[in-house]
Amino acid sequence: MTVLSVPMAETAGSVTRRARVLRRLRRNPLAVVSFVVLALAIAIALLSPWLAPYSVDQTDFARTFAPPGTPGHLLGTDDLGRDVLSRIMLGARASLLVGLLAVATSLVIGVPLGLAAGYFRAWDAVISRFTDLLLAFPFLIMAVGLAAIRGASLGNAAVAIGIAQIPGVIRVVRSDTLRLKSLDFVAAAVVDGAGDLWVLARHILPNATSVILVQATVAIPAAILGEAVLSFLGLGIQPPAPSLGTMLATAQQFAARAPWAAVLPGVVIMGLALAFNVFGDALRDALDPKGDRR
Amino acid sequence: MARYLLTRAWQSALTLLLSTIVVFVGVRALPGDPALALAGEDRSPEALEAIRRHYGLDQPLPVQFAQYVERMAQGDFGVSIRTGTPVSSMLTTALPVTVELSILAILLATVLGVGAGVLAAVRRGRPAEWLANGLALIGLSVPHFWLGLLAILYLSVATGLFPASGFVPFLDDPVDNLHHLVLPAVILGTGLAAIIMRQTRSAMLDSLSSDYVRTAKAKGLRPRAVITRHALRNSLIVVVTVVGLQLGGLISGAVVTEQIFGLPGFGKMTIDAVFQRDYPVIQAVVLLTAAAYIVINFLVDLLYSVIDPRIRVTGEPA
Repeated sequence: MTVLSVPMAETAGSVTRRARVLRRLRRNPLAVVSFVVLALAIAIALLSPWLAPYSVDQTDFARTFAPPGTPGHLLGTDDLGRDVLSRIMLGARASLLVGLLAVATSLVIGVPLGLAAGYFRAWDAVISRFTDLLLAFPFLIMAVGLAAIRGASLGNAAVAIGIAQIPGVIRVVRSDTLRLKSLDFVAAAVVDGAGDLWVLARHILPNATSVILVQATVAIPAAILGEAVLSFLGLGIQPPAPSLGTMLATAQQFAARAPWAAVLPGVVIMGLALAFNVFGDALRDALDPKGDRR
Repeated sequence: MARYLLTRAWQSALTLLLSTIVVFVGVRALPGDPALALAGEDRSPEALEAIRRHYGLDQPLPVQFAQYVERMAQGDFGVSIRTGTPVSSMLTTALPVTVELSILAILLATVLGVGAGVLAAVRRGRPAEWLANGLALIGLSVPHFWLGLLAILYLSVATGLFPASGFVPFLDDPVDNLHHLVLPAVILGTGLAAIIMRQTRSAMLDSLSSDYVRTAKAKGLRPRAVITRHALRNSLIVVVTVVGLQLGGLISGAVVTEQIFGLPGFGKMTIDAVFQRDYPVIQAVVLLTAAAYIVINFLVDLLYSVIDPRIRVTGEPA
């Protein structure tokens, strides 16, 4: 059972490593604060259908453009008299959903390609051209093309953003695979007669999870911002479904009557993205084996 | 170096060919008859037949593709369904606006990003670093179109300092032209500035702790000279890299910024085309963006080998 003894050493090492990473995260106040903000946001997003004071589609034409602080409508109402607080809660839920869908899309396609590019020399050139090809279509242009072919929707927005994020995933997974491939425990497994797929699945992928995790935490806020842009332009979530981006588009339309309506949805988008970015930074620092260099 | 450039040229050409195939296939995947999409206003059977023959839609696919490439290379992108004008002439009026906006944004982002990055690295652990880091994080997290919206509402409309929308060509009135573009360029540049700042800071920290900077300090060079002459030179590479990598984001950002500020550029043309289902315009926009991305990144690689002599020797980016 020599095959097992080699990876065991690596696993034992990763248990203490995980403890060290968690300890570093707990000691970083920014990491703790951003984690709490994210946990709260996700909890509110999951529970929003029950937490929201009004149904998102409930209109009240007698009370349009009620300012924030109006009794019964804490954050006011929009152009159709719908409750802004309820729509922000469900809009944030949609933002998070698109963020997760996009990143999931990019990981499902990007991780195997990154592993293959880093592990098999012959595949590297082909996958590089594929990456170049994807990079040539910025996410907004990709979304424009998809909207032309398939119509605008939440799903197409998530796919366009996800495809645009594939090159980033391939890059980090490829370089980590190259690094891991040159390490002794992988060479030992190969000497023991382990097949390529076994080595990739059992030895390389588990050790590449930290870079994949960091990549995902920086990709989610980018996807949330991307969704907001697409929905603002009308290429993403379609009205009357609530979305922070479409709320801002409506606010722009009625800026003269209700300038405050442009403030809150943007603050929520920024807060979500900022929390993910701060946590992503902290996670990268905590995972950095060079420790407290910076 | 010649070998490296030849490889890169060949790779760029291949990517260009692949992206043309993608757009060609995408156009075939559009709902409806492509002849109808290309026909514009005149949809009589004779007109459709003429279009099918002109665009070779009755030919086999490889022949169609060859003809397609030939037309695109000649700048024949068809006729806008909505306006009836050739797409190429729409592009010649729209592109200069976007190019000027992007160049201004890159300049602003470079000045802000390199400045803040150097400051953060030199003043490590002091309030200046925290401020620069915090601003960079916010710059990465803020939806820029929202920032633009707020700028219009609270700067343009409220104070009248900047025009809220519109555009004046540079050759008509340079001052008024810049006046209209300052705010959009700042909005578009902030995201790029944040990324340049973080990369500059990281590159500066690396070079400040490197042997050659220690040597420079040891031989008695003043700190300012060490920073500007040795460490800062590296940040030029950082800026070139970031601009090359972020070009896609910049193009996406320009589309939104133009939409908000009502600038008659490439982005506004794109969004209008999507809502009017103006397929010839959409096709031209997608294809040109891809081509521009590929060509500019090839030029960035050329620039690299000029700035960084190591690439000329090893043939690989350092």
